[in-house]
Amino acid sequence: MVNDVCYATLKYDQPWTLDNYYREGGYEALKRVLDGPMDRGEIIDEIKKATLRGRGGAGFSTGMKWGFMPRDAPGQKYLICNSDESEPGTCKDRHLLRFNPHALVEGMIISGYAMGATVGYNYLRGEFMKEPFERIEEAVREAREAGFLGENILGSGVDFEMHNLIGAGAYICGEETGLLESIEGKRGLPRNKPPFPAQYGIYGRPATVNNTETIASVPTVMRRGADWFLEQGRPNNGGTKLFCVSGHVNSPGVFEIPLGMPFKELLGMAGGVRDGRKLKAVIPGGTSMPALPGEEMMELDMDFDSLAKAKSGLGSGGLVVMDDTTDMVEVCLRISRFYYAESCGQCTPCREGTGWMHRVIKRIYQGKGSYDDIELLEAAAGQIAGHTICAFGEASAWPVQGILRHWRHEFEHYVEHGRSMVEAAA
Amino acid sequence: MSANPEQPDDQVTITIDGAEYQASKGATIIEVADANGVDIPRFCYHPKLTAPANCRMCLVDIEMNGKAAPKPMPACITAIGDGMVVRTESERAVSAQRNVMEFLLINHPLDCPICDQGGECELQDLALGYGRGISRFTERKRVVDDEDLGPLVETEMTRCIHCTRCVRFLDEIAGTSELGALHRGEHTEIGTFVGRGIHSELSGNVIDLCPVGALTNKPYRYTARAWEMLSHPTVGPHDAIGSNISLHQVRGTVKRVVPRNNEAVNETWIADRDRYSYQGIYAEDRLQEPIARDGDKWQAMDWQEALESVAGRLKEVAAQDPSQIAAWVSPSATLEEQYLLNRLMRGLGSDNVDVRLRQADTRDGDSPSPGLGMPIAATEDVDAALLVGSHTRHDQPLLNHRLRKAGLNGAHIMALDTRRHDWNYELSEELVAHPDQLARELALIAAAMAAYVGRGVVEGLHAYTGGAEPGDNHKRVAQRLVDAGSALVMSGDAVELHQGGADLRALTALIAELAGAHHGQLGTGANAFGGWIAGAVPYRGADGSPARGMSVAETIADPRRCYVVVNLEPEHDCFDGAAARRALEAAETVVVFSPYVTEAMREYADVILPIGAFGETAGTFVNAEGRWQTFAGVGRPIGEARPAWRVFRVLGNLLSLDRFEYNAPDEIHAELQGLWERQGNPSNGGWQGRPAEPWLGHGSLVRAGNTAIYGTDPLVRRGEALQRTPHAGAARPTLSPATAQQLGVNDGDWISLDQGGPSVRLQASVDDALADSTVWLPAGLEGTAGLGPVHGPINIQRT
Ligand SMILES: Cc1cc2nc3c(=O)[nH]c(=O)nc-3n(C[C@H](O)[C@H](O)[C@H](O)COP(=O)(O)O)c2cc1C
Ligand code: SF4
Ligand code: FES
Repeated sequence: MVNDVCYATLKYDQPWTLDNYYREGGYEALKRVLDGPMDRGEIIDEIKKATLRGRGGAGFSTGMKWGFMPRDAPGQKYLICNSDESEPGTCKDRHLLRFNPHALVEGMIISGYAMGATVGYNYLRGEFMKEPFERIEEAVREAREAGFLGENILGSGVDFEMHNLIGAGAYICGEETGLLESIEGKRGLPRNKPPFPAQYGIYGRPATVNNTETIASVPTVMRRGADWFLEQGRPNNGGTKLFCVSGHVNSPGVFEIPLGMPFKELLGMAGGVRDGRKLKAVIPGGTSMPALPGEEMMELDMDFDSLAKAKSGLGSGGLVVMDDTTDMVEVCLRISRFYYAESCGQCTPCREGTGWMHRVIKRIYQGKGSYDDIELLEAAAGQIAGHTICAFGEASAWPVQGILRHWRHEFEHYVEHGRSMVEAAA
Repeated sequence: MSANPEQPDDQVTITIDGAEYQASKGATIIEVADANGVDIPRFCYHPKLTAPANCRMCLVDIEMNGKAAPKPMPACITAIGDGMVVRTESERAVSAQRNVMEFLLINHPLDCPICDQGGECELQDLALGYGRGISRFTERKRVVDDEDLGPLVETEMTRCIHCTRCVRFLDEIAGTSELGALHRGEHTEIGTFVGRGIHSELSGNVIDLCPVGALTNKPYRYTARAWEMLSHPTVGPHDAIGSNISLHQVRGTVKRVVPRNNEAVNETWIADRDRYSYQGIYAEDRLQEPIARDGDKWQAMDWQEALESVAGRLKEVAAQDPSQIAAWVSPSATLEEQYLLNRLMRGLGSDNVDVRLRQADTRDGDSPSPGLGMPIAATEDVDAALLVGSHTRHDQPLLNHRLRKAGLNGAHIMALDTRRHDWNYELSEELVAHPDQLARELALIAAAMAAYVGRGVVEGLHAYTGGAEPGDNHKRVAQRLVDAGSALVMSGDAVELHQGGADLRALTALIAELAGAHHGQLGTGANAFGGWIAGAVPYRGADGSPARGMSVAETIADPRRCYVVVNLEPEHDCFDGAAARRALEAAETVVVFSPYVTEAMREYADVILPIGAFGETAGTFVNAEGRWQTFAGVGRPIGEARPAWRVFRVLGNLLSLDRFEYNAPDEIHAELQGLWERQGNPSNGGWQGRPAEPWLGHGSLVRAGNTAIYGTDPLVRRGEALQRTPHAGAARPTLSPATAQQLGVNDGDWISLDQGGPSVRLQASVDDALADSTVWLPAGLEGTAGLGPVHGPINIQRT
């Protein structure tokens, strides 16, 4: 149930070693897949059946995405692992790289094989330079020594090589096409789609980008079977998922739990709201997902479909818990500052709109705003979302729209009284 | 499946705003809209550049198979599909466009009243249609520091809307990648990274591309408003492309030059040389009235008096010995001017008329007609090319642009010269040889080629190869040219200037013939081909009849008593400036027709007649592909200056020559066209026409060079802004490291150079691009005027 997939080795003293990974059935799936080797389409069907959905934010069906790759066409193809993990509130991939790097290595090989890719790049955010990078490098070295990487792996005729790369610390390089540009050595500017990476990935060749956690879940699916995986979660929301719980809780942390677990339970695992205070709001999937009121969250289950229905999203699994001392206008200010700073500046609505939103919120926060400003803010957010080259537009607009949807009165209070309506903040 | 059974497979039908259009599969919505006059607002899109879809101004509503797209899509990159329905005016589309416009304007200074782009600004225009009356943005606007991009392009980067057209132009067309985006988000700035400016020979195009007033024309800035100028179509006066341009003028004064679109010639681009040289029209040394020498003094005259005096002098020499008169004519003079001068000279009884000022070697007599031997536009589809003695990038910038396209598409573009050049794309092969060895290199390529195509031994080739065997590089060049479906073998400016140029031309022709390639020969000037057509060459009349006059080179080597000099400065424009000047100084009579008057002219001339400069004269240029392009004059020439054709016409009358009653240049044009059409396609030159004996070479330290890009003619040399670019200014004699070491010269040393005459002092450069024992020193740069032949022996002394 808990810690069965990505965090399976967490119970050991040195969870990152190959030996400990072996103890948890490590590389058994790879051996099974390579024995034969297994038909590529069969692997993809298995992943589809498991309803493994992308852990990078959008929750897209992994099996379906793999199916877009021209897997049997000749020529170089690539698998790209997105370890850029920059969404505020999210720190699961970092843990994965530190504590169970072999799950990712094994996942890379199997996924790469399934798509006909013989080279995999793992792109880590710049700040992962120390521990996460060193651990995954060490794991790659161990795997190569054990014969899991390189040419003709385990005599199967299958080749796969994996390289770890470090970015320079830009959030936008987590957007998959920005990431591909960055790998090519260019500015991390997201591309227009189509063409999609499966047609035009890196160096003009097909590539598929998956999140670290997505890929690290693959060996378990293949080892324990799609049915087992699916049963861990819910229909259409298979498996367990890592959630990073931060904010006003007693024991923040990263938890691997089955998809569909009630939020209430997860909150309990994190020790509940600090100082026994009242839950006010929760960002359920990283700051780009709209925040939801606490009461609503207490009724919700943690899976993709439930959160989408509540007009938010599971996103990257970064939960930010806020108690009743929280000033939602200030939260909005902080979040908008992040997106303002991280916009790549390529397309007009995002380049110009993120700064504008931030300044309007600041004006309101400073007690100098008007009712028109609230409308302006709402309009600006609407003018960005849906009009940009990549989903950064939505990522910057949704949190503002979300907070306005549920806490507009807090903005109005600022306009009326020039200060926060939240006692502790005022 | 096609909606319409009649429809060809590669066609689809789409509906835009209720009207149906057929278009090719793979086209984008904006292409179909543009082709059919449907307006879609845009900033970043440009048909000649890749589309980043970053401005988001072109968002439109799309429906496919009855299903509406979830969000508006950028028309500039969205490919059409059969049955697609596009709405550019739906509420959602228009609101998306308005919203983008609002974003673009929030940080734009809106300083239109003081902005040069005002009145022709894409942002201003679209803001009228899509902007709000009152801004909702009350924050402080972004201010961006400006960068000095050099003397040609002015920046006001606060106005930039980050469309990246300029960046993409320099990446994709100019190939120099001199601009990029720095920083990110709202702080994104367009800049050069290193503060070194923009040096592409095509840099001015970013001004036309910039939709706002961020990049503007520096010399033109603040001198006129777009709406007060009249536009006059004309043709670029500096190279063999004949780029189509417009002069923008106010009351007869040219304020700026912009390109006109002509896909067959210059597409939408022009070279900086064509854009900025107009400043030369207003140079301080423009001659205002006819002047004549009177002892030691110069006397102003009226036209009648001046022309009568000229006619008298010419008649006098002609009466004694007409072959003592020689006429040197600019290869950038108009067809009409060249033709009338030719007729004047022949009327006087002399065949000594020549436009080939830079042709050092005339042993090949009726050397091949200049020209490209193929359409300019087709050069972008060649599979291989060999450029001999041609720094095409500077000599013919827009031909280089086409060849670059071919090269980027995988064609083998190859070169042979006395140095490697600064290309803006990678050549497949760049052979470098000492000037004495160029013929040998060509002969080895020809030998390799003959073997490859099974032609056996080519008669006469041994004299050039000396029995040496072709190397792998010669074989590669040969094979690529032969294997190419379409190939071009072309000689350039440096071949003209070469003392053994006749051998090089014959060998180039041989290679072209063996390879089945197009054969081109391009020197300097906008109308060198025209000069040949007009009969302004000593061996051929305008009707094609053979003649036996003396070339410029011959009338320098064997000076005449009387010279007629039309629109040139021999010290810069002849292959051997010093010798040309000596010949003029020694002559009894020198009549100069020139827009300018220089100290040098006052020394050698007897009468100087002011003629119209570029823009002030109607006429025709024939470009490299043989395209006749006719243009009108913009305004009256300044002062008392007159269009040269008019002056020649009056002179013809004064000399009582027949058929000189032309009323307008088109009458001259029509007459010449008639003569030309009757001649069929003249063939000439080739391997058969090679000199009897190969030129022996200098065997010593040799000066080699070409004509500097901004030194090709009197007009551009007076283009003040161009002269401040790094491509102009003081010459830097350049040596190979080995030769420099031998001579004890270091990079940056001041050295003194002479070619038998007075010496000049210049700062040396050392560059491994050079062949050994060669001093690269182009013509047309400061400090080279007193020197001898551009190709010839030279002495160097450290100072
Ligand atoms: C602005 C932006 C930032 C993103 N950052 C990340 C990231 O840090 N890590 C990640 O895995 N996906 C990130 N994504 C999502 C990726 O574009 C991509 O959808 C994902 O890596 C695909 O993997 P998955 O299918 O396994 O989820 C980001 C998307 C956007 C629009
Ligand atoms: S300077 Fe002009 S052309 Fe260049 S990005 Fe800015 S607006 Fe576009
Ligand atoms: S013109 Fe289409 S996005 Fe700029």
